[in-house]
Order: sequence, then C-alpha cells, then structure tokens
Amino acid sequence: MVLSPEDKNHVRSTWDKIGGHGAEYGAEALERMFTSFPTTKTYFPHFDVSHGSAQVKAHGKKVADALANAAGHLDDLPGALSALSDLHAHKLRVDPVNFKLLSHCLLVTLANHHPAEFTPGVHASLDKFLASVSTVLTSKYR
Amino acid sequence: MVHLTDQDKKAIKCLWSQVDVGAVGGETLGRLMCVHPWTQRYFGNFGDLSCVSAIMNNPKVKAHGKKVLSSFGDAVNNMDNLKEVFGHLSELHCDKLHVDPENFKLLGNTLVIVLSLQLGKEFTPEMQAAWQKLVAGVASALSHKYH
Repeated sequence: MVLSPEDKNHVRSTWDKIGGHGAEYGAEALERMFTSFPTTKTYFPHFDVSHGSAQVKAHGKKVADALANAAGHLDDLPGALSALSDLHAHKLRVDPVNFKLLSHCLLVTLANHHPAEFTPGVHASLDKFLASVSTVLTSKYR
Repeated sequence: MVHLTDQDKKAIKCLWSQVDVGAVGGETLGRLMCVHPWTQRYFGNFGDLSCVSAIMNNPKVKAHGKKVLSSFGDAVNNMDNLKEVFGHLSELHCDKLHVDPENFKLLGNTLVIVLSLQLGKEFTPEMQAAWQKLVAGVASALSHKYH
C-alpha cells in the first residue's frame, strides 16, 4: 500500500487540525478500544483502565506522539518507526489483529471531534496511514 | 457470540430513533466503497464509481445504502433473534450475491464511524461498544447460512 501525495496532504492537514489535542484523542481511542474490544485489555493487566485513568492518559500521549512523529515522516515510515517496530516485535508482541482495533477506534475518535474535516477522502487516507503504520510495527515479527 | 445487555439494547434503540436511515445509509455505503475500494466489486452495475465524489453522489449508492440500513432497523427491533431475522438475507448473500462475509464486518465498522461522525458527544465509548456488539451480531447472522 502506497500513500499518494493526496493521502499525505490529508494526513498532514489532519495532524495540524489535531493541534495540542493529540494526547486527549490518544487516551480516548484507547478507552474506546478497551470498552468495545475487551480482549485488548489482556495486554494491560497492570493498568487501571477505568475512565479517566492516569495510566491510560499517559499511554494515550505515547501513542499520539508516535503517530505525530509518523505523520511528520511519511516518506520514511520504516525509518521513523524502527525503534517502535523492534519494541513491538521483541518485547510487546501484540497480536497483529489488535492494530486494526486501535486504528478503528482512532478513526472513530477523529470523526467524533472533527466531523467537518473527516470527509470520505480524508477518512480513506487516514485509514491507509494507520494501516501503513500497523504494517511497519509488525514488520519484524518474524 | 455477542451478548447485548439491557443497557446496550436501551442505548441502541435510543440512538436509532435519531438516525436518518437514508442519509446515514448512503454515507455508510459510499464511505465503504471509498475507503475499501475492493468492495466495489459487488456493484458493477452501479455506474460511475471512479472517484470519491462520483461514489458519494451516485444515486444507486444512496438508494442501496438506504435499503441496507433499513434492514439494520430490523436488527434493532429484533436484537434477541438476529439469526432468524436475517436467515433469508444470509441465504441471499451466499447463494445469489456471493458476498465474502468479511465485507459485513467492514460495513459494520464503517457504520460505527459514520454514527460517531454524526452524533459527536452522544457517541460515547459505551454507546460505541453497544453498537460494535450489534454490528458484530448482524455480521454473524448474515454469515450464518453460508455453506
């Protein structure tokens, strides 16, 4: 899957629009994922996953910062995400199906807060972006 | 197998009463075809699906989207026996339409995104969870008669 110039523009403009809300949206996406897909909680037995949890907020910020970094390096996602790719392959070993679940919840969150910007074209580009990030993060699994 | 609690059912019915079936149906089917273009394979006779604006403005897409979402209304009114309610549609999708059941999951998730888009604050994580259960139940019911 290749991100077209139009896809890249859509991703960059979305991240501009997100501004300083990244951490908030990251946390919300995680909360949505834990609520809708309880099996995802198996990777966080050490977390308080209740609404407003400080751990979820902190982790949401980590996820958001990683995505912002990816959005700033669309021409070299494998390079930008190399360390995270190693981490997921050798330490975290999150089953690949879960990346789709988090990606879906990120889209639900973005659509929720930015309905005017979340046009079908932008939606398609963001879906491709998150799928590309997921592919990179699982690329060293075996 | 999904289990809808009484709270889930209440939330689903409450939200459904606000859904414009035509608008949400057309938006959902259109976005499915834009975001996952391979789904267009089932709609060869729909005319122009060449780009996002062609898809979203296509009258056949809008009409069929409305039809699809109307059957979700049947799901909302029969949450306790989805397999029975969708029996005939399941046979149709397998024997006549030859639709890969994976597409039911894609459509369900696209519907969830459109509901989030249109309802904003009201589409809380708990509301989303209830709807994720319902769309999973519908997808399962529609695949039930496949052979």
